[in-house]
Amino acid sequence: MNYFLTETEQMIKETAKEVAEKYIKPVRAEYDEKNEFAWEVQEKIAEAGLCGVYIPEAYGGICAEGQMGIMNLVVAVEELSKVCGGISLGLAATALGTIPLILFGNEEQKKKYLPAIAAGEKLAAFALTEACAGSNAGGIQTTARKEGDYFVLNGTKQWITNGNVAEMYTVIAMTDKARGARGATAFLVDKGTPGFSFGKKEDKMGIRASSTYELVFEDCKIPASSILGKEGHGFLSAMKTFDMSRPGVAAQALGIAAGALEDAVDYARSREQFGKPVISNQGLRFLLADMAMKVETARAMVYATARSIDSGDRSCSKESAIAKCYASDVAMQVTTDAVQVYGGYGYMREYPMEKRMRDAKITQIYEGTNQIQREVIGQCLIKEAASKK
Amino acid sequence: MNIVVTIKQVPDAANVRINPETKTLVREGVDSMMNPLDAYALEEGVRLKEKFGGKVTVVCMGPPMAEAVLREAISLGADEAVLLSDRAVAGSDTLATSYALSQTISKLGAFDVILGGKQAIDGDTAQVGPGIAVNLDIPQVTCVRKIREYADGKMVVERMTEEGYDVVEVTLPAVITVVKEINEPRIASLKGKMAAKRAEIKVMSAADIEADLTRLGLKGSPTNVVEIFSPEARKGGVRIEGEPDVQAKTLVASLKEAQLL
Repeated sequence: MNYFLTETEQMIKETAKEVAEKYIKPVRAEYDEKNEFAWEVQEKIAEAGLCGVYIPEAYGGICAEGQMGIMNLVVAVEELSKVCGGISLGLAATALGTIPLILFGNEEQKKKYLPAIAAGEKLAAFALTEACAGSNAGGIQTTARKEGDYFVLNGTKQWITNGNVAEMYTVIAMTDKARGARGATAFLVDKGTPGFSFGKKEDKMGIRASSTYELVFEDCKIPASSILGKEGHGFLSAMKTFDMSRPGVAAQALGIAAGALEDAVDYARSREQFGKPVISNQGLRFLLADMAMKVETARAMVYATARSIDSGDRSCSKESAIAKCYASDVAMQVTTDAVQVYGGYGYMREYPMEKRMRDAKITQIYEGTNQIQREVIGQCLIKEAASKK
Repeated sequence: MNIVVTIKQVPDAANVRINPETKTLVREGVDSMMNPLDAYALEEGVRLKEKFGGKVTVVCMGPPMAEAVLREAISLGADEAVLLSDRAVAGSDTLATSYALSQTISKLGAFDVILGGKQAIDGDTAQVGPGIAVNLDIPQVTCVRKIREYADGKMVVERMTEEGYDVVEVTLPAVITVVKEINEPRIASLKGKMAAKRAEIKVMSAADIEADLTRLGLKGSPTNVVEIFSPEARKGGVRIEGEPDVQAKTLVASLKEAQLL
């Protein structure tokens, strides 16, 4: 289908596809097996210029002044994820850590970090989740105590994507516990800051080529100038960030599903049973047709949401949640069916399909579980209906 | 460092057909691409520029559509592109092509090195690089697999031989043709693609390069193609299965049968 990609978006798509085919495909199984971050590929993604697609031109990226580049990001992440939904996170999770800086950072902060991120020299991460604060982001225990011109961080963040490999961390901590969600503040913390270390490296079901760590803050002293936005606005910043970043996760899910569908069709055409290709069985064709319907509708929703955000829409919570929730549910269904199309081969580690099924699962869980997404959508429906009266 | 890279647009090797009447390649409806070995030469040129500074100018002779490979070269790191395109050069053999390209290069100002692929995938002659060197009266090293050093107007390079390699010191300016062992070409970056889209491709004519018209095109081409054909595709080999001793016996038996033993 013609989605009227701009010339730039088309170039991003082609470049990401080339990187994925040439550099990711040969090594994806190896990094999945080793549970290791694919630095060699990340360097190629950087050299190809994909790290700056959502960053403003003034800071080394390619987006025009004042424009968000969510569609650019979506196109890149989709193509990379078609081949590996884990390796694509080097880019996608950096975007999640960087979007708050683009949205709420001051000039000095942007100048300090964005050019290196756009060039792919530095990765970023977003640290909100804790052992007792997942869906309920208001339950954050990590504290930031003010001491003169400094803040002192204490606490542990959990399951942080790009943990250890990132240089810049957007960390949400409580500056005033008594005020609850209004007492949370966002900080930019550099890797290597004394008192900031990495805890457990997670051993995950899928996206194993992405780096997931605990972040440990023990009397970690950071200058007051590292506050991102305003003190007490951390929770709000996080929510605004998610509205913009969810299409990125949706694109990862979409890519995983689209890659699975493509391979499943090829396999069904080449696999012969009873003297004919298995795709000549209507039962299997119908299954593939259902998979195709899901992938295409997910793509339409993800692209539409990304375009809406790029056009300046700042009240996109509902659409963003729909895109993330729908695309990730599609990813799970389509990869499960793709394994079915492959039959016994699909279940084997030797073939790329079971990995997609493992990779797909996380997209229903992180950046807000799909139950939370439905909650967001539901709340939006109530607000919309109430405002009509 | 001023680096010139010569590039040829060739038909996509996978689907070349030959017109038996004219004994030429059928170019209609066949995708074109950058000659693969020229891509290695370009990569080496861009790496030299990144290390020592300067610029890379790509030069191509061909019809107007050859502009596409020059844009591709810019996306891969070249700074400037020149296309020699003129009806007068149509039908040039390697002698005329070498002359035309050397005339073009001589109009581009001083340069330190001319890089090119060892040979083109279509004609496979490997004559144009050396031809340019002769026309410009400068040294040449062909089949280079590594540029070891560059200093004081000289380069030390490794030239592939059948047994291994020679180490050659060459005074610049010189022509160096490369083999695929020399590097691994990068893919075009996003910014490279954007630059390529905006780039101005300088088109030069036979008049612009002040060429002797009798040395161009069919007139300047003494080569006479007697026959051109696609070689028969090689048939797949035979795989001998079984334990090593069974395999050995089967092999010896079949060699005897073929009267090779």
